[in-house]
Amino acid sequence: MIKYILALRDWIDARFPLIEEWNKHAGQYYAPKNFNFWYYFGVLSMVVLVIQIVTGIWLTMNYKPSADLAFASVEYIMRDVEWGWWIRYMHSTGASAFFIVVYLHMYRAMLYGSYKRPRELIWLIGMLIYFTLMGEAFFGYLLPWGQMSYWGAQVIISLFGALPIIGDDLSLWIRGDFVVSDVTLNRFFALHVIALPLVLCGLVVAHILALHEVGSNNPDGVEIKEHKDENGIPLDGIPFHPYYTVKDTVGVVIFLILFAAVVFFWPEMNGYFIEHANFVPADPLKTPEHIAPVWYFTPFYAILRAVPSQLGGVIAMGLATVLFCFLPWLDRSKVKSIRYRGMNYKLALTAFTISFIGLGWLGMQAPTPLFTWMARGFSFVYFMFFLLMPLYTSIDNDKPVPDRVRF
Amino acid sequence: MSTNSVDNNRRRFLTTTASVVGGAGAVATSIPFISTLSPSAKTKAIGAPVEVEIGELQAGELKIAQWQGKPVWILRRSESALNTIRELDSEVADPASEREQQPEYAKNEFRSVKPEYLIVLGLCTHLGCSPTYVSRENGGSHNLDSSWKGGFFCPCHGSRFDLAGRVYKGVPAPTNLVVPPHMYLSETKVLIGDDSGVLS
Repeated sequence: MIKYILALRDWIDARFPLIEEWNKHAGQYYAPKNFNFWYYFGVLSMVVLVIQIVTGIWLTMNYKPSADLAFASVEYIMRDVEWGWWIRYMHSTGASAFFIVVYLHMYRAMLYGSYKRPRELIWLIGMLIYFTLMGEAFFGYLLPWGQMSYWGAQVIISLFGALPIIGDDLSLWIRGDFVVSDVTLNRFFALHVIALPLVLCGLVVAHILALHEVGSNNPDGVEIKEHKDENGIPLDGIPFHPYYTVKDTVGVVIFLILFAAVVFFWPEMNGYFIEHANFVPADPLKTPEHIAPVWYFTPFYAILRAVPSQLGGVIAMGLATVLFCFLPWLDRSKVKSIRYRGMNYKLALTAFTISFIGLGWLGMQAPTPLFTWMARGFSFVYFMFFLLMPLYTSIDNDKPVPDRVRF
Repeated sequence: MSTNSVDNNRRRFLTTTASVVGGAGAVATSIPFISTLSPSAKTKAIGAPVEVEIGELQAGELKIAQWQGKPVWILRRSESALNTIRELDSEVADPASEREQQPEYAKNEFRSVKPEYLIVLGLCTHLGCSPTYVSRENGGSHNLDSSWKGGFFCPCHGSRFDLAGRVYKGVPAPTNLVVPPHMYLSETKVLIGDDSGVLS
């Protein structure tokens, strides 16, 4: 039996670079030996992507993208389709899980300086993935055609309407109608199920190819390629397979256990994963009393509300997401890992973390004068983290970086 | 000329012409893809004007019609309601309706053709939520203080408008509510979405 399998492998390998590619990306891809907990979130992002694609395909088998039928078809999936509720809850939980693992994955890069030379392009491709994911989540959220779907889309599309001169025509063009309607729903469906997933998969491949070209960073922020043995293998590197395939398998299983617990016991997460108002069908004539985006957009939503001018708020919100792209050049320190960085960056990152979480919480609350002022304070810290970065990182009291990976 | 030598001029010419012609084709091809996202003929037809019967409206009562899919409010205002509008001139951002948020014929004190009836689009000029009509008596239930004189309150971001759809100062909405084109067909019937023939 083994003989035939090997023969098949050789038959393929003579016609397709099977072994070569396997070795390049797994068998002989040397990753630093000191990956820790933070290095799970890349592979977990891919696991969630697969979950979203598979459950998404199954959902489209029963979902109807029309204003008259969409809400009822989701209810049909939830009540009448065999295991439909499970597929749907996997998909809705997957959306939030995607952002959890992606935010942690990005935070890892900020902890260990993974965006720095020579990995700037990996970071930029990653940012494109993040933007595509935001679009994907936004388009997908309209599809259940609940009240929050409807008014959330109305508010976000109106953001484009705030742009001077072209604004009104642009938002009309995005909606394809004078208000969010059947037309809008149908095109968002197309973008959600085919256009953006294709872009997403392409970007993920580019992200990994770029990573495997320059090699992985690590918690010590030391380039392992600078110390190789006589065979050209990094002294601090271990082959991805079997070392990290085994490590990742364990991580993936633990993640899936937690994921399943949410799907089975807390699928709505008390309104954080599926908002309460979305159990009411869309009504174009009435806005719910309190509308807020899903949790993963709330930091930016809080920034939007904090700025007392309509256009200014839209610009600030856009800037808050785009600024991440400039991190590789804003950060002037030569030290990568937080372990060897000075007090300035540690304090700045702490302040940024508190602001980001604070804004995320505020974005879910109804605006009161106190909350608005808090949001302004946090927004100020948020932007100063980026804008002052060239200054405080160039005069930081960084510590000496070890020559080789330590732990 | 030897068959092995490369004629760079010829190659450059072919590459340039092919790129220019192909590029022009690609640009032209983008036009249908972009245009197809604009409102279709059917969508525009659904956006046709609508007739609304307003005869049975009581003072203080709000009727919501739908035009182009948008909520259109028709509010019948009493004499005392009209008086509150005069009192609020100093508290609203654009008391004289200077900004182009209404047809010429509604650019007046009460932002309407007939003072009795306010006709505005029920969409907040901030980010398009539909505000709630809150009468003077119900102000407390929306955390509005006792000085509330009746008007519209947007639950999304807290914008406030008075009974003429004028935006208060210091709220996120930048402009007054939009008065759609409209005309009275009779005493009790109004056409929303068309004002052809109406002198401004």
